[in-house]
Amino acid sequence: MPIIEVEDLHKRFGQTQALAGVSLSVEPGTVLGLLGPNGAGKTTTVRVLATLLKPDSGRATVAGYDVVTQADEVRTVIGLTGQYAAVDEKLTGHENLWMVGRLLGMNKAQAHQRADELLERFRLSDAGDRQVRTYSGGMRRRVDLAVSLVGRPSVLFLDEPTTGLDPVSRFEMWDVTRELLADGTTVLLTTQYLEEADELADRIVVIDKGAVIAEGTADELKDRTGGRTLEVTLRHAADVDAALAAIAPSGGADAVRVDRDLHQLSVPVEQDTARAAGIVAQLTDAGIEIDDFSLQRPSLDDVFVALTGHAADGDADIDVDRSTGRRSRGPLPGGTDELLDTEDRPQR
Amino acid sequence: MTTTTGTAADTTLEYRRPRGIVAMFHDGAIATWRNLVQLPRTPELVLFTLIQPVMFVLLFTYVFGGSIGQSLPPGLSYAQFLIPGIMVQTIVFGTSQTSVGLADDLQKGLVDRFRSLPIARSAVLTGRIAADTVRLSMVAVVLVLVGYAVGFRFEGGWFWGVAMIVGAVAFGFAMSWIMALIGLSVRDPETASTAGFVWLFPLTFVSSVFVPVYSMPGWLQPIARNNPVTLTANLLRELAIIGRPAGGTVLPVVLWIAGITAVFGPLAVSKYRRV
Repeated sequence: MPIIEVEDLHKRFGQTQALAGVSLSVEPGTVLGLLGPNGAGKTTTVRVLATLLKPDSGRATVAGYDVVTQADEVRTVIGLTGQYAAVDEKLTGHENLWMVGRLLGMNKAQAHQRADELLERFRLSDAGDRQVRTYSGGMRRRVDLAVSLVGRPSVLFLDEPTTGLDPVSRFEMWDVTRELLADGTTVLLTTQYLEEADELADRIVVIDKGAVIAEGTADELKDRTGGRTLEVTLRHAADVDAALAAIAPSGGADAVRVDRDLHQLSVPVEQDTARAAGIVAQLTDAGIEIDDFSLQRPSLDDVFVALTGHAADGDADIDVDRSTGRRSRGPLPGGTDELLDTEDRPQR
Repeated sequence: MTTTTGTAADTTLEYRRPRGIVAMFHDGAIATWRNLVQLPRTPELVLFTLIQPVMFVLLFTYVFGGSIGQSLPPGLSYAQFLIPGIMVQTIVFGTSQTSVGLADDLQKGLVDRFRSLPIARSAVLTGRIAADTVRLSMVAVVLVLVGYAVGFRFEGGWFWGVAMIVGAVAFGFAMSWIMALIGLSVRDPETASTAGFVWLFPLTFVSSVFVPVYSMPGWLQPIARNNPVTLTANLLRELAIIGRPAGGTVLPVVLWIAGITAVFGPLAVSKYRRV
């Protein structure tokens, strides 16, 4: 029985069709990643589910409560952490937490106790008595997340929790989010960072222009783009043409991408690992020296481009993927080049 | 689900949300606390809120007091005339902070935070207006102290002096609802501070606040005479100078305060529900 069910939500703002029939469901205790570029309808979906916005049509329930007709009940089971930290900057971290505890009906002592617990859990104990305006970006997000957990929600909406954060803060948010999952909280996470959905989400729903365009696990989505690529790096640049000739008999040579500067060949092999092994054997049999070879799965960025025909917007500042050794394909300096190179490479 | 039971580790954390009208007061009081606790943390705001009326008192008393004072009825000093008027003006100007505060809460996402909690819908609005009313009362008291320094006196005694402050703050309370509607409509603190401010100049200057109405051109006099700011300023003068209101001046002010609140209160609440 899903804890979040969304059926055919529509919402229009003036000329903009923000939601054009979004449907999705989330099982209890799992994380759904709602992935899409800026303006895709992620935040609008969350605002409808968090009872902040009424849909024009369609239906949504959280924990069995209708978000329109039973909004008060929905609010007792949800927590919301927005893209912009919705905490009072002129209150201290402790005061923000205490205030929400009091609003939820805790007495003063209970609210203080809960505030201390959460500050400790989010590694903010030392900063608890400072005004939030003195906090770093990462600390603000953490205190915002802490505030949304005061009432122990069973469903948590994380709306772009790491947008604009530096890599270190982003990793901290990821760690903190994983701890929540261990508690069995159901999470709906919106993000434009493909890595983030890959890291945290059990299932991913990709939306673009207000509609769901794909759904599945990260692995299922990656498989959809046509499987794997064998990347072979040759020792000598001069061997590139010989290598192409050597593998030509196995077919599919048209799809091979070549990077002469890096003396690298990328050969699509679908799910056929035997074929990948065969290609490596053909090259060594032809006496071509190989520095390195690997079987690459497509990144979620590849998936996104394949599904929408355009790259995910807004991840210009993402360089986390580099520090994790993941391939970055967003429009960041290195990533953009790589992406463009891929398209501009001579196709044979 | 009004009861949440903690896990075994923290059985002390069992609590219950108040319901209905009690919840409105409970949540409104906590939201008021949030706004009040910030006041001493923004001393610059408090300071500038106070500097402006003090500056006006000093400028008008010493620069214009000589010439304007001559057009006043004999026996009435300009300080006596000015302080009740400037109290209305200061409080009306002070309410523009209500629109800035609400627009700021909207822009920063705090309104979303409150609206996603299972609490009284009214908490953000009532908390803002209650806190602003307390702030306006403090400004009024400071103004009386400055007034005493330039020769103003409660000639009818302190009871009526307090009544004067209450009257001024009540008018400010009503004006706050207009400002709340403005703040919720423009949704941006910078715009709110302009939109909430510009129309206050004609409102407070085309009135008896600084000069007697009969010194204005004939066509302007009916407007100035029926301006609620004039009516309120005149009532405050009676309370401060005569002690007890003269006949017929209380009812129009009460009607204005009730009327503004009755019209703009529901409008602000309905705007808040739809933001």
